[in-house]
Amino acid sequence: MARYVVDVMPKREILDPQGKAVLGALPRLGYGGVVDVRQGKRFEVEVEGDADDDRLAEVHRMAETLLANPVIEDFTVHEDGPSIESVETTQPRDDS
Amino acid sequence: MRIGVVTFPGSLDDADAARAVRLAGGESVALWHGDADLLGVDAVVLPGGFSYGDYLRCGAISRFAPVMTEVVAWAGRGMPVLGICNGFQILCESHLLPGALIRNDHRKFVCRDQRLRIENNRTPWTWSYAENAEVTIVLKNGEGGFVADEPTLERLEGDGRVVARYLDDNPNGSLHDIAGITNEQGNVVGLMPHPEHAVEGLTGAGTDGLGFFAGLATLAAR
Repeated sequence: MARYVVDVMPKREILDPQGKAVLGALPRLGYGGVVDVRQGKRFEVEVEGDADDDRLAEVHRMAETLLANPVIEDFTVHEDGPSIESVETTQPRDDS
Repeated sequence: MRIGVVTFPGSLDDADAARAVRLAGGESVALWHGDADLLGVDAVVLPGGFSYGDYLRCGAISRFAPVMTEVVAWAGRGMPVLGICNGFQILCESHLLPGALIRNDHRKFVCRDQRLRIENNRTPWTWSYAENAEVTIVLKNGEGGFVADEPTLERLEGDGRVVARYLDDNPNGSLHDIAGITNEQGNVVGLMPHPEHAVEGLTGAGTDGLGFFAGLATLAAR
């Protein structure tokens, strides 16, 4: 089994109302100095077999056909590595 | 004139669109998203709603419904196709129309009677209107902001492909106040406001929307 990650972001020149809403909420929580927030989507695509260039190209086609709308969004595709997994499962130790 | 109205899972306004077709003098034909068959209709309406729950992006999944293969093929041969609201989003996702529709800039759902100017009355959906006619029809959307890159906007404006433009306040942040556009051939029209909700005095903001459907009924009589 191989896993690929597709990150989709609104293009810089396209208004991102959801990111703006998050940007507006952060100061209310006491976070100062945040100048911009953009909100995108992350897809994790699991496929049979091993990761190889053909599979990567196939996931790329999935992304440009369905997962992203290239008119308004940019996307990147990469094979999911174990380091990303461990980052996700790391629990914050500071309990303050 | 037989006008098909497609029902997707999550369509809301298919019944109103079919009713508008009948009130305008046409025959409405129910089409199903899962059938790659237009049942020999002369024109197609993609109605408003939240097809496939608006999951992923509005219209993104509907684009791949079996019925859309036929709609895209027949649109290429000149069949009149009207996409209203969610239907407009589906037409953009299908690349039958340029650009895309994004979340309203003010982030709120908007529901109101909206004044529009019909700037292109040369499409089969608008030819019963006088050029630059000002009409009031219902607008209701959460993701109605039309966006396209600058060259596309210039082409739309330069070729007279802006079918309808918002008057008074821009309700959703649409670039150039665009409420509706057409394709190069002029047979495919996408419109964010809802003419099918403005066809009877009893329930709507007047009957200004009837013209979108009456134009094709007139064609049949020729």
